[in-house]
Amino acid sequence: MSEVLLEVRDLVVHFPTPDGVVKAVDGVSFTIERGRTLGVVGESGSGKSITFLTVMGLINRKSARVSGEVLFEGRNLLEATTEELRHIRGDRIGMIFQDPMTSMHPMYRVGDQISEAILAHRNVGKREAGARAVEALRQVGIPAPEQRARQYPHEYSGGMRQRAMIAMALVLDPDLLIADEPTTALDVTVQAQILEVIDELKQRLNIGVALISHSLATVADVSQDVMVMYAGRPVERGTRGEVFDAPLHPYTLGLLSSVPRVDVRVERLVPIEGSPPSLINVPPGCAFHPRCPYRFDPCDRDVPDLRDRGGGHDDACHLSAEAKAANRRERLDMQEPVT
Amino acid sequence: MGRYIVRRLLWTVLVVVLVTLLTFVIFFVLPKGDPATRFAGKSPTPELIQEVKESLGLDKSVPEQYGLFLKRLVTGDEYGWPGLGKSFQNKQPVRPELIQRAQVTITLIIGGALLWLAIGIPVGVISALRRGSVLDRVSMGTALFFVSAPVFWLGLLSLYVFWKQLGWLPGTGYVSFGASPGTWFSHMLLPWMVLALLFAAIYARVVRGNMIDVMTEDYIRTARAKGLSERRVVMKHELRTGITPVITLLAIDLGVLVGGTIVTETVFNLQGLGNWLLIAAQNNDLPVTLAVTVLVAAAVSILSLVADILYAVLDPRVRYQ
Ligand SMILES: Nc1ncnc2c1ncn2[C@@H]1O[C@H](COP(=O)(O)OP(=O)(O)OP(=O)(O)O)[C@@H](O)[C@H]1O
Ligand SMILES: [Mg+2]
Repeated sequence: MSEVLLEVRDLVVHFPTPDGVVKAVDGVSFTIERGRTLGVVGESGSGKSITFLTVMGLINRKSARVSGEVLFEGRNLLEATTEELRHIRGDRIGMIFQDPMTSMHPMYRVGDQISEAILAHRNVGKREAGARAVEALRQVGIPAPEQRARQYPHEYSGGMRQRAMIAMALVLDPDLLIADEPTTALDVTVQAQILEVIDELKQRLNIGVALISHSLATVADVSQDVMVMYAGRPVERGTRGEVFDAPLHPYTLGLLSSVPRVDVRVERLVPIEGSPPSLINVPPGCAFHPRCPYRFDPCDRDVPDLRDRGGGHDDACHLSAEAKAANRRERLDMQEPVT
Repeated sequence: MGRYIVRRLLWTVLVVVLVTLLTFVIFFVLPKGDPATRFAGKSPTPELIQEVKESLGLDKSVPEQYGLFLKRLVTGDEYGWPGLGKSFQNKQPVRPELIQRAQVTITLIIGGALLWLAIGIPVGVISALRRGSVLDRVSMGTALFFVSAPVFWLGLLSLYVFWKQLGWLPGTGYVSFGASPGTWFSHMLLPWMVLALLFAAIYARVVRGNMIDVMTEDYIRTARAKGLSERRVVMKHELRTGITPVITLLAIDLGVLVGGTIVTETVFNLQGLGNWLLIAAQNNDLPVTLAVTVLVAAAVSILSLVADILYAVLDPRVRYQ
């Protein structure tokens, strides 16, 4: 029996600015289940971070218009008080960020920064918190954790810092880990290690994970579910197998054929033409249509709904199932997966 | 670190030597009349001038005089260590007066500094937290006013209002703490305030700017993501990085002020160092000028060393070799 940890329904986050309303998140729905990783993929500015910062209650509600529901353990976090949210952050939901170099306070010891999270939520002594911080560092594979805990962030390498961030986010046994592009700022060789640590801890602690990334390739190996976002909306959502083996949306197709992959022979590497739209003047109809090679009559008029195309594999595109299959065959050589 | 400190202290010695040398050169190169002639009285005879020269040590060559000055400075003279000689003007030993005046100036600076920190830091922090609010705009407008208000004008105005008109505070001059703590305090209050307002304004603006920069740092978002209380985020995470640079600023400012509170001292008739330096320079009183110069140069270099050490202590990323 699967247990839903987080359910987001129709989340909208708009920022009124002097230039117009920035529709950063414009109707996002998804669920994250215990023991599963949801890969959230989209180009820069597609609203990935804002979605999850809103879940954490970390956006300034005064500067944003927020609607929808963020259900966590049956409670709508959008209606929670500041104090209730504070108790959930760090304790029930942990979050790590893109740049481990700047995500830790430069003037406090790593161990103390982890203990601080414990002390904020648990009624334990400093010594006990310190010991648990060391244990958390050990859990994420940091060698000599006793010494490392006494060091400052600048004495760590990038990969080690991200490990320490993971330790900090997981030290209180949360149910959910939100990892916002945790590998983007790291060396390629270190990226895989960090993903492995996250995946391993997910299984061992049986938590849910949201793994945000620019690229499908990053989330490919460690996600069970995938959501592709474009201009503040999900355009495709399904299990890993569905999205990678039978992508529906032209944008997903574009993402898949713009990067080299090991498991699927891509016909040609074609970058997606054009750039993401302004979130103030989102194109009418399907926001992707100006960049879509398959656009046709209704695309610049009607906004396509995100609809189930069978077995919980959703996409938001006007094309017929046959057309999507044909596009897929044309762009990706699905017959000969290299495994 | 130890070697760094030794090197910096040697550097301080070099600074004192260079600054005093420069003072000597200026004194003897600038045309300003022979001090001996001046001090010999209204209608001096050549014999009298010669006598005065000898008593002031001006009969020797300039390098000789400078050597003698350094030697006395290092080994002391009949008035104690460091040897600073006698004033040309009143023939009194410089050292005791220097000590007495230094007390006045240091009292002024330390009291002022405590006051400007007590005003500047909270105002800066609150303005940053309430950026764009009426409170922020009023404080920053006021700060701008005090940054640009001339100290002598502020000093005279405050004397006029609080002393002459309201009669709340006694007049000018310094009363020693030992004589009467209450009177000492009431005499220092206005000078402290006038000195502090300018710096409080500067510090408030600096702190506000630092805090606003710090607030958008990734590690502040991390602190919130950990579920820390807002109070802790501000008091522990933002303040730490927002205020650390102020320590350096403070040490440098204190050093510079040792000889730089001339206007405040003059307006409030405080017999401090700045005031003395001004009179000495006007009257070609070389020993006094040199004594104050040595003290100021040493204070500036040593306090900037203290600032560097404190910075390394407070910010683990900073290391000196
Ligand atoms: N406070 C704000 N006011 C106005 N616009 C905002 C604000 N915060 C974010 N935005 C805009 O919202 C959009 C979505 O931002 P978000 O950070 O969620 O993108 P992202 O998908 O995480 O991109 P990236 O991959 O670059 O991290 C961006 O275009 C951003 O400029
Ligand atoms: Mg982002």
